[in-house]
Amino acid sequence: MDKLLKLLDSNARLTDEQIATMLDISEAEVRAQIAKLEKDGAIRAYKAVVDWDKTDRECVTAIIELKVTPRRDVGFEGIAEQIMAFEEVESVYLMSGGYDLSVRVTGRSFQEIAAFVAKRLAPLDSVISTATHFVLRRYKESNVMFLGDNQDERGYI
Amino acid sequence: MNYEKLMNPTITGMKPSGIRRFFDIANDMEDVISLSIGEPDFSTPFHIRDKGVESLEKGKTWYTSNAGMPRLREAISGYIKRHVGITYAPDTEILVTVGGSEGIDLCMRTLVTAGDEVLIPQPSFVCYEPLAQMAGGVAVPIVTRAEDGFRLTAQALKAAITPKTKLLVLPFPSNPTGAVMRREHLEAIAEVLRGTDIFVLSDEIYADLTYGEASHVSLASLDGMWERTVYVSGFSKSFAMTGWRLGYVCAPAPLMKQMTKVHQYALMCAPTVSQYAAIEAMENGDDDVKEMREDYDSRRRFIVGELNKMGLRCFDPEGAFYVFPSIEKTGFTAEDFCTQLLMEQHVAVVPGTAFGECGEGFVRISYCYSIAHITEAMKRIRAFLESRGLL
Repeated sequence: MDKLLKLLDSNARLTDEQIATMLDISEAEVRAQIAKLEKDGAIRAYKAVVDWDKTDRECVTAIIELKVTPRRDVGFEGIAEQIMAFEEVESVYLMSGGYDLSVRVTGRSFQEIAAFVAKRLAPLDSVISTATHFVLRRYKESNVMFLGDNQDERGYI
Repeated sequence: MNYEKLMNPTITGMKPSGIRRFFDIANDMEDVISLSIGEPDFSTPFHIRDKGVESLEKGKTWYTSNAGMPRLREAISGYIKRHVGITYAPDTEILVTVGGSEGIDLCMRTLVTAGDEVLIPQPSFVCYEPLAQMAGGVAVPIVTRAEDGFRLTAQALKAAITPKTKLLVLPFPSNPTGAVMRREHLEAIAEVLRGTDIFVLSDEIYADLTYGEASHVSLASLDGMWERTVYVSGFSKSFAMTGWRLGYVCAPAPLMKQMTKVHQYALMCAPTVSQYAAIEAMENGDDDVKEMREDYDSRRRFIVGELNKMGLRCFDPEGAFYVFPSIEKTGFTAEDFCTQLLMEQHVAVVPGTAFGECGEGFVRISYCYSIAHITEAMKRIRAFLESRGLL
């Protein structure tokens, strides 16, 4: 299972046949293992790592630090559920340290994100304060380097 | 000055390595995708690098003893004992060298005298023949064949032995074929050697990269073989440490005493910074090796699968990080195949003939590359075959 997850984690587009060859198990076994991982929720989704700067689409990302008041009974989860329901929100983490929730948001422009924070996030009952940090440049995302051309510098012997 | 006439004809008569030539062409091309490099794509594990850096920061930049730092030789002794099950005394039977290739050179220079025959199974790495010749020896190739899994057979060995035979080179796991010699194959070789005075240069640099359930076996571990074996290995392949230039050679004390003299005068000692890093590798690097081996193993299966699907028949390589598919069905010579593939699809692989004449009909493909890189290369090789009506 670990090896299969490691392969998919590095390249989710490998075919069942390729994975079967690489792990020396049958294709049926690959399908069964993946089905189980999906069913158990270990595999949540398959996505591409996109460098939006290389496309025509405008894309701005911000990381927002939220301080919130946990609610009786539901704690942080109630507010987290509320926030993760917004489609602009890419990720929500509960944090240790100086603030409570880290929210990653993408939009088409700074204005769009500013409006989202001002009109939707900040007014929520439990939110005490927000601090919005815009991403200026992505160097690495999901283990993939966005910076440099990754030239193979190995010599020839 | 007439340089050609004045220089040593043994050297001027030697061909440069056939691996290199293609890279020089490839280097001048755009968009080349190479499967030709014979070194790990991993960087040296961080904790190993860190020990090298630490030694520099502390200013430990002096020579070490000729044979290498005592603690490193202790650690090497422990590593070999643990992984290969053979015993070498750190103070008299282990020498730290500048890469595995220095160990090969030392062995040749110490054992071979003018006219001695050195048996070299081929296809094999490019350095054995020239080094034997430089030592004054006569290189005698022994052809290994795909149908024998590119192993050295007792029969072929027996046929090559003459009264002048001084040394047998045993280069397994093999670069370029990926062949390994399992215990039963080594037993057959040992049977031929017992009772002779023939030495063996066992180049086991790829030993840690042996795939499958059975682990690597060294000839030196078999009855009557230790005393005739010069065991060569190093850090480059197992620990992704090629640029540190560090290897080691192990041999019985009388032999080691003489080899140490050659090393002493030619190299003095191996790089100190590398020796500090190597101690960490030997003492705490087993998990790194395991992890990298597993990674290579899945790539190995992947590339063998892809090549076989294209009809480039590929015997199952069980060691190192190369595959050696047959290109016979294309009708090209190895050289032509590689040249055309490079010119048209910008994919660089190495012709089998770089590893001995019997490498004709094969190419060496390295899988020290990411799966994405290998996938792209396979796509292009497929396109090349299709353009020739071969698929």
